[in-house]
Amino acid sequence: MDFNDTPDQAKFRAKCKEWLDSNAKLKDAGKRINVESNLEELIAKAKVWQKKKYDAGWAMLHWPKEYGGINATPIERIIWGQEESKYDVPGSIFEIGLGMCGPVMMQYASEEQKERYLPPMAEGKEIWCQLFSEPSAGSDVAGLRSKAVKDGDEWVINGQKVWTSGAHYSDYGILVVRHDPDLEKHKGLTFFFVDMKSPGITVKPIKQITGTAGSGAGFNEVYFDDVRIPDSQRLGEIGDGWKVAITTLMNERLAVGDAKGADVNEALSLAKDKDDFGQLMIKNQAVRDKLADWFCEANGLKYTKFRTMSALSKGEAPGPEASITKIVSANKLQAIGNFGIDSGDMAGMLIDEEDGMSSFQAAWLGAPGLRIAGGTDEILKNIIAERVLGLPQDPRADKGLPFKDIPSGK
Amino acid sequence: MNLDFSDDQKFLQDEARKFFDKEGGLTNTRKVMDESLSHDEALWGKVLELGWTGIRIPEEYDGLGLGHLELCVIAEEIGRALAPIPFSSSVYLFTETIIKYGSEEIKKNVLPKLVTGEIVGTYAVAEDMSAITESTLSCAVEGDSVNGAKIAVPDAELATHAVVLVKGTKGPELRLVDLNSDGVEISLQKNLDKSRSFYKVAFNNTQSSLLGDQGSGWESHVHIMDQAAVLFAFEQVGGSQQALDMAKEYAMERYAFGRQIGSYQAIKHKLADMYVAVTLAKSNCYYGAWALSSESSELPLAAATSRVSATKAFQLCAKENIQTHGGNGFTWEYDCHLFYKRSKVLSLNLGSEASWKEKLVSAMEKTNTLN
Repeated sequence: MDFNDTPDQAKFRAKCKEWLDSNAKLKDAGKRINVESNLEELIAKAKVWQKKKYDAGWAMLHWPKEYGGINATPIERIIWGQEESKYDVPGSIFEIGLGMCGPVMMQYASEEQKERYLPPMAEGKEIWCQLFSEPSAGSDVAGLRSKAVKDGDEWVINGQKVWTSGAHYSDYGILVVRHDPDLEKHKGLTFFFVDMKSPGITVKPIKQITGTAGSGAGFNEVYFDDVRIPDSQRLGEIGDGWKVAITTLMNERLAVGDAKGADVNEALSLAKDKDDFGQLMIKNQAVRDKLADWFCEANGLKYTKFRTMSALSKGEAPGPEASITKIVSANKLQAIGNFGIDSGDMAGMLIDEEDGMSSFQAAWLGAPGLRIAGGTDEILKNIIAERVLGLPQDPRADKGLPFKDIPSGK
Repeated sequence: MNLDFSDDQKFLQDEARKFFDKEGGLTNTRKVMDESLSHDEALWGKVLELGWTGIRIPEEYDGLGLGHLELCVIAEEIGRALAPIPFSSSVYLFTETIIKYGSEEIKKNVLPKLVTGEIVGTYAVAEDMSAITESTLSCAVEGDSVNGAKIAVPDAELATHAVVLVKGTKGPELRLVDLNSDGVEISLQKNLDKSRSFYKVAFNNTQSSLLGDQGSGWESHVHIMDQAAVLFAFEQVGGSQQALDMAKEYAMERYAFGRQIGSYQAIKHKLADMYVAVTLAKSNCYYGAWALSSESSELPLAAATSRVSATKAFQLCAKENIQTHGGNGFTWEYDCHLFYKRSKVLSLNLGSEASWKEKLVSAMEKTNTLN
């Protein structure tokens, strides 16, 4: 057992470092990270950084060589990510494109389309988004209702998508819609890519419980009103939409969704610095008990990740252990946020006039979203129970029914 | 990055699992409970034949000269099988103390016999119904003569020797005592898990030998506890995994309201919670195994983290395994209670969850590390 790189990995890491050193500045540990509040500036900066990476061959490491990548192994992607995250660089707005849309285009688009769309995607010239979830299709995403009706060589799309990250600044999107409500739920779906500037598309940022909307990689509602898509932009056969969607989601399996924000170290620092009940919080047994629990969770996740990396490092498929990450980290974030706020007792709810929300307040307000996004706690537990432990699926009330006959409530 | 056991270590683990299965698995545990035995003599004999008590003993003392990682994988299988043998007391506690703090003469006399089984050891700490501290220690040594009593000492009837934590003139000391010497009185104490045996051991002017240095006995004791915490945690992980597997199997077989109970989300989510706890514990134990085998200065933090995490996992899995089994889980006939009882005893053997949480937070305060 050791935590060292293999000689090849060490060489790769050194290469990453060398390039990053001459092209970016290390994060200043003491300084708060500058969050760009102006969206246009954020996008402009992100595009410049992406282009720089593209020119030097770091933009889409995992893509096959024929599309400009280097066929990087998963462990190399992780190493690049570890190194890049040490530098003060813009957050990526291209991950959905490079991680999900790119690979699905490689598999299903025509040669001509690949030539047209993949390079600008990799270079950061064009941004892509993913249009899956709908108001009545969240956890049960295959229950989506947006309609596609064939009209000559075109399809006419009507309906609404929701929770679409980055739709407000995206140039293209991948889209799954229902072409036939007479078929069973999973069988009546077809997959397309769409120009987000098409007539009939309206994007409305969602105002979240945080009070923000359209900031950064924020979420949107996307309305389709008689939007016309050429049949040539269909990915996969008519009726194969679910299969294509699943392939897309599989491409993102590596993104394990560690909830970022106040962690046990912040809770420990607070407890070491702050008085409550007339003594340092760290002296309080109830506080110590919580710190121990959170440390076990945080440390357990850290070494779970290391186990996954160890498997990847040996070229083996990782075990299912990474499936616990989001459930544990999002709930821990919520609890730690709550702890930090409560340490202010009667005044805990007050927001600092100058500094704004504390990291604990931000954690507490953001955590409910993290417990839902990318699979709710409940869906993730079902996935662990069914796919990892092998328990049977719930009996489904919609099985075998034509989609139009499935009970749907309001 | 290589946070994993080697192929050889995995092979050893696999062999250990097959061995316990072949030797009868939980029927041995039941036999010890039902017949009020101190341990399973036949199983212990076979473990000695396999040389496992000498895994960590250097070859010059007739042992196998392997590392702590080999011990970790064996521990996980002992935990899974709920093996009713004095392995933890004799190997993780007694043998490790002799290796680390025994004089050359003691090592020569004791270690080869631990390999053959002529010597079986135990480790005596508790004195009353509370967590012991340096200042509450009352069992004392004067010269080489020990007086006082220890309780909840595992396997003391079978054991020939014990390491005893005592109060000396210059502070706490670890003392080696031959349990057949004059003035030793051993009496069985009833406990919650009848597959393991605990005793009161009283010393009346009993002769002993010093282990390590005078005055540094408490530090030595803490170090031995830290090492053992990782190994106990592997036993706990093995037990948790087995309790989860049992619950899963039952949830597949048992029908209620016309369907498998494992198809209800109430059961699925319960089992998913158990899986999460086991996975966290296992990953923390890998960190503990690394710290133990590399003699890292992070051992106190890693040991406490493994220990707390594994204690929580085993207690959760053991109680929810009973719950998943419904009424059957509360019968003597089903095996659920064996895990429930073992999970409790393992959680106390080295000190309670609360005492290890205290060690964990103390270590966090010192190191403040989570990169």
